[in-house]
Amino acid sequence: MKPLLRAMVLWLAVGVAQAADTPFEFQDAETERRYQKLAAELRCLVCQNQSLADSHADLAQDLRDEVYRMLNDGKTDEEIVGFLVERYGDFVLYRPPVAGITYLLWFGPLLLLAGAGVVWWRIGRAKAPVQPDADEAAAIAALTGHRNDPP
Amino acid sequence: MRFIVPLAIFIVLVVVLAVGLKLDPRYVPSPLIDKPAPEFSLTRLADPTAPIARADLLGRPLLLNVWASWCSACRVEHPLLVDLAQREGIEIIGLNYKDTRPDAAAWLKTHGDPYRDSIFDPDGKLGLDLGVYGVPETFVLDAQGVIRYKQVGPLTPDIWRDEIKPLLAQLKTDAP
Repeated sequence: MKPLLRAMVLWLAVGVAQAADTPFEFQDAETERRYQKLAAELRCLVCQNQSLADSHADLAQDLRDEVYRMLNDGKTDEEIVGFLVERYGDFVLYRPPVAGITYLLWFGPLLLLAGAGVVWWRIGRAKAPVQPDADEAAAIAALTGHRNDPP
Repeated sequence: MRFIVPLAIFIVLVVVLAVGLKLDPRYVPSPLIDKPAPEFSLTRLADPTAPIARADLLGRPLLLNVWASWCSACRVEHPLLVDLAQREGIEIIGLNYKDTRPDAAAWLKTHGDPYRDSIFDPDGKLGLDLGVYGVPETFVLDAQGVIRYKQVGPLTPDIWRDEIKPLLAQLKTDAP
C-alpha cells in the first residue's frame, strides 16, 4: 500500500509543478479559469497530441501568450477560439464543430459499433441450436435409449 | 459465396489503413488558402528603418518563404531557393521568423540570399497571422496578395516542379 500511496503523492506533485509552469498573472480567478480551459481545449500544432497547456513547444508558448493577451483585452472565449481557427483551422480544436467533413469523425465510431452489433447478431443466429430431424432423432434414441420426438 | 462479405470488409480495411499510412500526420490543411494575406507593418531585415507592408507584395505572383537562422530544415531547402532566384528569376520574399538581425544576416551571407526582400518578424506576429507552425513554410501569393498555396516543411525539387511552378505560370497568365 505504501509504494502506491507514494506514487500517488508524486503524481499529484507533478500536476502541481506543471500548473506552476504558467507564468501569467490573472486579474481574477474567473479569467484564470477561462485561460486554463482554453489552453486545455486548444491543440498544439507542433506536438500534435498535446494541448497548449501541456506542450513545451515554442509555438505553444506563443499561442498561450496570445490567448492570455486576448483574455486581457476582454475578448470572449468564442472570439479567441475563432482567432486561432481562422489561422490554423479546426485542427487546433480538440472538440471540432459537428458539421460537414467532421460528421464521419463524430459519428464514425457509432457506425462501427452498429456494424459490430449486426455482425454479433448474425453470428449469434448462426450458432442457434439446430433441432435434429427425424432420422437423427431416431439415431439419438437408438444410442441413448430414450425416445426424443422431433417437434 | 459466404466468404464474399469478410473479404470485402478485409479489402476495405486494407485500403483505409494503406491510405492512412501514406498520409502525413504533420500536414495540417491551411484555412488561409484563397484568403487574402494578412496586413502587416514590419521592417526589412537589411535595414531597421525601412518599412515593409502588405502593399509591397502586390502586383505580381511571388513566393513568400518563412525561414530562420535557427531552423536546420531551412538549410536543406535553401540551395533550391537560391537556384530558383538566380536561374529562373523567381521572385521570393523572405519572412525572417523569430530571429535576430545579426544571426539572420550572417546566415544569408553564408548560404546565399535568394530574397528580393526579407521581412523581419522577431516576435512571430506575422507568422501567427499566417498560421505558421513549422518553419520552413512557403506560400504562393497571387498578384492581388491572395494566398494560393502553402507548403509546410522544406521545398523540394519535386514539389517545385509538380505544384508550384505550374501554379505560378497559371497565375502569371491570369494576371492582367
